[in-house]
Amino acid sequence: MQLIHCPWCGPREEVEFHYGGQADIAYPERPAELSDQEWAEYVFYRDNPKGTFAERWSHSAGCRRWFNAVRDTHTYRFLSTAKPRQKEVRV
Amino acid sequence: MTQTNPPGADLPEHPDFLWRNPEPKKNYDVVIVGGGGHGLATAHYLVRNHGITNVAVLEKGWLAGGNMARNTTLIRSNYLWDESAAIYEHSLKLWEGLEDDLGYPILFSQRGVLNLAHTEQDVRDSVRRVEANKLNGIDAEWLGPDEVKRICPIINTAEDIRYPVQGATYQPRAGIAKHDYVAWGFGRRVDEAGVDLIQDCEVTGFTVDGDRVTGVRTTRGDIGCGTVALCAAGHTSVLLDQLGVRAPLQSHPLQALVSELLEPVHPTIVMSNAVHVYVSQAHKGELVMGAGVDSYNGYGQRGAFHIIERQMAAAVELFPVFARAHLLRSWAGIVDVTPDASPIVGHTPYENVFVNAGWGTGGFKATPGIGWCFAHTLAHGEPHPYVAPFGLDRFTTGALVDEHGAAAVAH
Ligand SMILES: Cc1cc2nc3c(=O)[nH]c(=O)nc-3n(C[C@H](O)[C@H](O)[C@H](O)COP(=O)(O)OP(=O)(O)OC[C@H]3O[C@@H](n4cnc5c(N)ncnc54)[C@H](O)[C@@H]3O)c2cc1C
Ligand SMILES: [Zn+2]
Repeated sequence: MQLIHCPWCGPREEVEFHYGGQADIAYPERPAELSDQEWAEYVFYRDNPKGTFAERWSHSAGCRRWFNAVRDTHTYRFLSTAKPRQKEVRV
Repeated sequence: MTQTNPPGADLPEHPDFLWRNPEPKKNYDVVIVGGGGHGLATAHYLVRNHGITNVAVLEKGWLAGGNMARNTTLIRSNYLWDESAAIYEHSLKLWEGLEDDLGYPILFSQRGVLNLAHTEQDVRDSVRRVEANKLNGIDAEWLGPDEVKRICPIINTAEDIRYPVQGATYQPRAGIAKHDYVAWGFGRRVDEAGVDLIQDCEVTGFTVDGDRVTGVRTTRGDIGCGTVALCAAGHTSVLLDQLGVRAPLQSHPLQALVSELLEPVHPTIVMSNAVHVYVSQAHKGELVMGAGVDSYNGYGQRGAFHIIERQMAAAVELFPVFARAHLLRSWAGIVDVTPDASPIVGHTPYENVFVNAGWGTGGFKATPGIGWCFAHTLAHGEPHPYVAPFGLDRFTTGALVDEHGAAAVAH
């Protein structure tokens, strides 16, 4: 089990967290103008890299807040975590 | 007194010869990327049904060392929707004749599968699935708790457990097969026919001319090709990224584990989506168990320990006799999951590149069926009717084949 660094609570055990997939998927600005293909991409398509990946986690059994993380999907190591819109990162 | 053989005593000997280890040629009519069960089965039916033998299967590791070597080998066809029922039942029928077709033992054992229901909603969904199965000519029954107990006496059917067993669907023709033998059977057969099985050969890129791919770049040099068939399971996104093609695939670790060898105690396969465990007893006697995928994306071929803890807790409640069994080893494979829990098979934006992916946690059972249909797809340049509903375009048209209830976690 690994420790995940909640930006608010500090390092906590993995079982306290919930995975939320790729980070920074924004709701379309002009939904009415989207083509079917663009809707498909928004709803169903996510990146799936082998390597570093920016993703969302929620500290669901702790402060219950969402935050962003950068993680290596090959080693599973967390490279950094940050509060939403926070630039500086820590591990 | 009758003398019975100890478990595993009648397993066939390992073969003394497997296949050649050829150098890659300059060109092939068909290059299959990925030497797992699906790639090997595709090669087999290219030879057998279409007479296409100038074929290479390129494998980055050792043959069938990916998910093919790591899965829990459950085979069934009790899927809900017509599209899924068609391909999985086609596959199950092929399993029933595969040993003869390959001339090789695969230890296919049709011992049946119980899919447990624990809530009223489970019961309704299960009964519905049984009726849908019957309409598709698939053997299926709904059983109450007493009948479940009769088929698998070690199940705890007490009413006061956390998730009491309210009944189960039962598919008697479901079973298990020896996964390594299946791969070796296909491997030997296609090798005999002249197909080159090239191990230690990772595809790292492609050479592209307009909307055609003219060759693959590999760790053993460039190889020209007429048609490219992607059968790389959990690593498909890595390959598609090289082609600039996106697909709605997410790769996750999926873990399994086995106990030490035990006397035969578990006569059938038992699965439960609700409590996230499924189990069968292997030919030699190990209890083979799996659960759901680890939640996060991953390519590391290992998973988190708390997933195993939860799965064991569920297993021990359902099967109190397991409490004394020792865990021998655990491992993970990397499975590719789609939004509707159905595979992606067929065309890509490149005219001569075809994809077979997204089988997620449940593609072993499909091995001969998809091999058959994918070979047809490659030979004709058009999807076989059984895989036509599984094209990439369904995410745009909205014609999803939503098999979450029947397939998401269970295998
Ligand atoms: C723990 C576990 C339990 C499972 N249980 C079941 C079950 O009970 N029943 C069931 O039906 N299914 C089950 N599955 C799913 C099943 O194993 C897969 O759906 C199926 O094996 C996928 O097809 P495949 O056999 O071709 O994949 P794989 O065997 O993974 O084949 C893909 C191959 O491609 C190779 N490859 C990848 N990238 C490259 C590259 N760039 N160049 C060259 N080669 C490459 C890999 O090394 C690999 O050998 C399970 C999976 C796991 C992990
Ligand atoms: Zn927190």
